[in-house]
Amino acid sequence: MIYFDNSATTKPYPEVIESFVKVSSEFFGNPSSLHGIGAQAEKLLTKARNQIAELLDIRGSEVYFTSGGTEGNNLAIKGAAFANSGKGKHIITTEIEHASVFDACDYLKNNGFDITYLPVNRNGKIQLADLVRAIRKETILVSAMHVNNETGAIQPITEIGKLLSAYPNILFHVDHVQGVGKVPLDIKKSGIDLCTISGHKFHGLKGNGVLFIKDGTNISPLFSGGSQESKKRSGTENVAGAVALAKALRITMENQKTGLEKLKAIRQMLWEGLEAFEGIEINSPVEGAPHILNFSIPGLKSEVFVHALEEDGIFVSTTSACSSKKKSPSRTVMAMFGNLERAESIIRISLSYQNELQEAKRVVKMVRNTVNNLQKVMR
Amino acid sequence: MEFDHIIIRYGEISTKKRNRKGFVDKLKANIRRVLEEFENAKLSASRDRMYILLNGEDHKEILNLLKGVFGIQSLSPALKIDRDIEELKNAVLFYFNQLSRQVATFKITAKRADKDFPYNTDELNHILGGHLLKNTEGITVDVKNPDFNLRVEVRKEAVYLTGEVIQGAGGLPLGSSGKAMLMLSGGIDSPVAGFLSMKRGLEIECIHFYSPPFTSERSRQKAVDLAGKLAEVSGKIKLHIVPFTDIQLLIQKQIPENYTMTTTRRMMLKVADKIMEKQQGMAIITGESLGQVASQTLNSMYAINEVTNTPVLRPLIAMDKLDIIELARGYDTLEISNRPYEDCCTVFTPATPKTKPRRDKVSFYESFVDFDELVNEAVNKVETITINHKQQKDLGASDEMEDLF
Repeated sequence: MIYFDNSATTKPYPEVIESFVKVSSEFFGNPSSLHGIGAQAEKLLTKARNQIAELLDIRGSEVYFTSGGTEGNNLAIKGAAFANSGKGKHIITTEIEHASVFDACDYLKNNGFDITYLPVNRNGKIQLADLVRAIRKETILVSAMHVNNETGAIQPITEIGKLLSAYPNILFHVDHVQGVGKVPLDIKKSGIDLCTISGHKFHGLKGNGVLFIKDGTNISPLFSGGSQESKKRSGTENVAGAVALAKALRITMENQKTGLEKLKAIRQMLWEGLEAFEGIEINSPVEGAPHILNFSIPGLKSEVFVHALEEDGIFVSTTSACSSKKKSPSRTVMAMFGNLERAESIIRISLSYQNELQEAKRVVKMVRNTVNNLQKVMR
Repeated sequence: MEFDHIIIRYGEISTKKRNRKGFVDKLKANIRRVLEEFENAKLSASRDRMYILLNGEDHKEILNLLKGVFGIQSLSPALKIDRDIEELKNAVLFYFNQLSRQVATFKITAKRADKDFPYNTDELNHILGGHLLKNTEGITVDVKNPDFNLRVEVRKEAVYLTGEVIQGAGGLPLGSSGKAMLMLSGGIDSPVAGFLSMKRGLEIECIHFYSPPFTSERSRQKAVDLAGKLAEVSGKIKLHIVPFTDIQLLIQKQIPENYTMTTTRRMMLKVADKIMEKQQGMAIITGESLGQVASQTLNSMYAINEVTNTPVLRPLIAMDKLDIIELARGYDTLEISNRPYEDCCTVFTPATPKTKPRRDKVSFYESFVDFDELVNEAVNKVETITINHKQQKDLGASDEMEDLF
């Protein structure tokens, strides 16, 4: 089996599952309980929080545990919007955001907010000049993803942050779900106020995420309840999940040190193998993230292609997993190239540090074979 | 082009005369401890400066650590460049761009120890200054009072660039003033008092009063974590945890309610005094600030202080609470201190403590029972733990817990 769908989700590290099981069975206390069992659980939660803070180079008090990327993005965007609507009701985001950002903005649009969607160029990047033009007196939030989940295009987050530092009323949210552990991001230096990550994208478990909320940032909670996580995210803390996420992040960051070159080499091999092949158009920008390669086979239905590859034990995806069941064209590729045929026939390969170079070799060969076979049948 | 060395200037020490060597040696030892993890870095000292030869180690990381070392007035990183004018130009721009603060004006001070260099100092000032002006925005030259004075030193082997002056922590080298015991409650004030004492060169050990079951494991952990913060300065620190329940119970039973607080403080001071003697300290430090609470009025201090003639140092005595909070934030202890657990000071607080207790009265109330025996017992049962900065993060977590991460 070759698993090349790591942007949909990754296989949890066995050590991570081990920790989860052990914490769940042996340290099951509620961190808010006063007794010793509760104190132990609290200690674990604090340790997890501090370890994550250290790995991301932020403060422990800025780590808020959530249920994952979707919740993190919703909490950041709706929370920032509702808490700051007194200052203004204008939000800027991009055309290529993940659904959890895009639809959260859509929800706000129906609730009296005004949203500007910045376009991207053929490299999937927004232009800073567009951003400057979009900023108004009543702008309160800019939300931009670091690494695009479909194409791997990287936004100039640090530059955006520097630009926004001149606007004290504007909060800056970054969806870092696809970037963490793969494309370095200095949260503090980039002037970010809110930053989302999700455990299962780096070999942690589903149902665990972290939202970085810079100390002193005002956001409203989405949930009313027991005031956990400094009142910003009520609900009994998922201690086992937090520990699992801390461990997964540590291992991933260690792998990043040694594995990044391999990742780049695999992507390079795939790129060269596919680019040369007639009938394939690569959608990912050359200088995109090292783990995502997106291409189109105009004229072929991508779903058919995914199933055909699956017969050979190769697992890739069409658009992002979250949207793939809707069978709509890729919003990102549409925004980049404005070509419907291209946006309807996309395939995404996404890697992790567990993949090997030989796998890429085989995948290139199988992709070519499959395209040949299908084109015979379908044309 | 790489950072070659860091210049360390001492502040107050350089005004010392005959005992100066002692101060410098302490500072050297403290810096060495910080440099432990940087194997290649070498420390050397001259009369009024020290140099760290980086030998490839990361200067930013080292600078960051040195900023917390007491006794250092200021620091400057120095760049080493080959004797080539083009490289020199690039280096000047590089040095300028990595400054930690924004500057609006600059000047260049070139010096030639080696007169064979093809450009004289005026030419160098001109060429390098011009290069900076051309390649940056919004800065001007000011030779009289510049924000930033870039020093260029041409020597036989290479050219050195320096000029950025980074403020150090100031004060005196840790341990150069002797040893004292810090009464560490878990509140906001006492850790700040600890930091300020260390800044004046005191080596400190902490004393925490623990009264299970009235105070919880969590409040004890608070003291441990705060001591851990103090250990970031000193590398390691001793924490004496005093079992205080029996004494507090006897106080509650024996002393009229409005005087319990006064007696409690007197007993704490007695215990601290005895631990200090054992540990060969010479003072007791508290986080008291005049008038802040009932136990910190002048009358209270007068009544409490009666039990010892050891110097009781109160670094915060003239500070306002808000200023103390600001310092606590700077020392990164505020968050820990704000954890909401009962501690030895809060749990037995009477509803209306005396703000003007009298010595004769409190002595009279205490005279009916033998507190000394309990005091001695508490001292004998003290649990002493040494908190090592490097292991501190793991403290309190068992090995079993360690594996989970």
